[in-house]
Amino acid sequence: MGKVATREAYGSALAQYGADERVIVLDADLSKSTKTDTFKKVYPERHFNMGIAEADMMCIAAGLASTGKIVFASTFAIFAAERACEQIRNSICYPKLNVKICATHAGLTVGEDGASHQCIEDLAIMRALPNMTVISPCDEIETNLAIKAAMELDGPVYVRLGRLGVEAVHGEDFKFELGKGVVVKEGTDLTLVATGLMVQESLKAAAILADKGINARVVDIHTIKPIDKDLLVKCAKETGLIVTVEEHNIAGGLGGAVCEVLAENYPCKVKMIGVEEKFGKSGVPAALLEKYGLTAQQIADKVIAAKN
Amino acid sequence: MDKLKMLDLQKKATIIRKHIIDEVFSANSGHPGGSLSCADILTTLYFDEMRVDPKNPKDPNRDRFVLSKGHCAPALYATLALKGFFPESDLNTFRKVDSYLEGHPNMDYVPGVDMSTGSLGQGIATAVGMALAAKIDKKDYRVYSILGDGEIEEGLVWEAAMAAAHYKLNNLVAFVDYNGLQIDGNITDVMNPEPIADKFVAFGWNVIAINGHNYAEIKDALEAAKKSDKPTCVVARDIKGKGVSFMEGDYGWHGKAPNQEQRDQAISELDAKLAEIEAEIAKEA
Repeated sequence: MGKVATREAYGSALAQYGADERVIVLDADLSKSTKTDTFKKVYPERHFNMGIAEADMMCIAAGLASTGKIVFASTFAIFAAERACEQIRNSICYPKLNVKICATHAGLTVGEDGASHQCIEDLAIMRALPNMTVISPCDEIETNLAIKAAMELDGPVYVRLGRLGVEAVHGEDFKFELGKGVVVKEGTDLTLVATGLMVQESLKAAAILADKGINARVVDIHTIKPIDKDLLVKCAKETGLIVTVEEHNIAGGLGGAVCEVLAENYPCKVKMIGVEEKFGKSGVPAALLEKYGLTAQQIADKVIAAKN
Repeated sequence: MDKLKMLDLQKKATIIRKHIIDEVFSANSGHPGGSLSCADILTTLYFDEMRVDPKNPKDPNRDRFVLSKGHCAPALYATLALKGFFPESDLNTFRKVDSYLEGHPNMDYVPGVDMSTGSLGQGIATAVGMALAAKIDKKDYRVYSILGDGEIEEGLVWEAAMAAAHYKLNNLVAFVDYNGLQIDGNITDVMNPEPIADKFVAFGWNVIAINGHNYAEIKDALEAAKKSDKPTCVVARDIKGKGVSFMEGDYGWHGKAPNQEQRDQAISELDAKLAEIEAEIAKEA
């Protein structure tokens, strides 16, 4: 099966759903990388390059949205969520403007560009902003439907997208519901709660665990905020151990969000797997996942250690 | 400009200045200095230029205004109230916990406020977005903004300036409220933004230098802006604390409330000015 990066799925979704005249797409000199150029080829009159000026792009997006536009603003996650964080906070979230920040090149799997371009803090930062919805899709179809849902929601949305091609998790009949987690594999001994391309890795980890007689459930959390509390509590009740898996710093991301829900509603044992308070490195994506302990085998090993 | 028109603007600006003093006094905090310096620009915009309707504040074809120097909310609120967007009697709720008149303006709370501002540099960039939207939709509304001269030390202002020129947003007019002072002192001592006009020229703007307390010059600049194919920057030389003798030219009044005695003195000075203007109006009429 072919692999498709979620950033590619984003560009295609923009072109697919972009007929609405209200849709305006902004980019900061990265349109070939973020794939907003796919939209530009179809609707060049509604694609605007803001140059290498991400903070400005977020405020211009806010101004456009204040007149009734549905604005998509794209750059790499590090420059969206971190360089332009305060503009997103004050000019987009505070006035609750209809801007979709679609940030590509999130996580370590940016690869060879290294730590300066690998964003591993964006989920923590973006979910801390009032009025913000945060989505982190895992594959092509989920991204496509997430972009459609973001377009239909009136308000700020952050969508976390990746550079690396990934396998499909969901079938063509997949139904996307904002704020609802998806059980992608049933299981009774523990639940792997994953987001983004860690869903694929967690499914592989579950297969490794199955060989050792451990029946792991796998949940895809595509909406980090608002997170699916009911499903998380249900999994904790039914499987006990919860293991969160994310291509993100261990602080404040998916693991943090899951722990907040469980600590208040159903305290149970949680193992958080992610980047452990370190910056990334240059390297090919597979080597980076190995170095930072995020391969299927390493996830399976950590689950076994947590069960003992 | 017709003399009666000028006197009318002067009268309105003086009423706005009185409101500014009382807003800041009643809140016991806020920013009187820069509010007083930009009051004549706001008065001219709202009472002799902008196409706005207090009965229809969200009209999609209205002219927009963005107070990029959001801390001068007392001046904007006073102007909007006088224009009829909300009752003048609400002004004394400024900065109080149940009020819609936040310390810095919020577009969701206040009728007539087109953008939430307060974080310096962001307002002008959002105004660029509004002006771009008008171009995309081929609408004829215009977008106005006021920047502080200290505010232009923010790098974002120059990113926005570059984008406005790049997209030829000749429907955008940005005033620089050039009073020469910021919280920590003279702008040239804190972080010299000079030469201001030359910088905007270099960024591809049409630049007009005026006296920011002269209504005819403000109006002429607004008219000249309409003939330009570039965005216009009006560098408005003015006086911080204008209209209140002991606040004029003193950066100590950037963000400080007057006490009762100071408030009374300020109001009595402005009342005297108002009486003078009314006498002149009576003479002219």
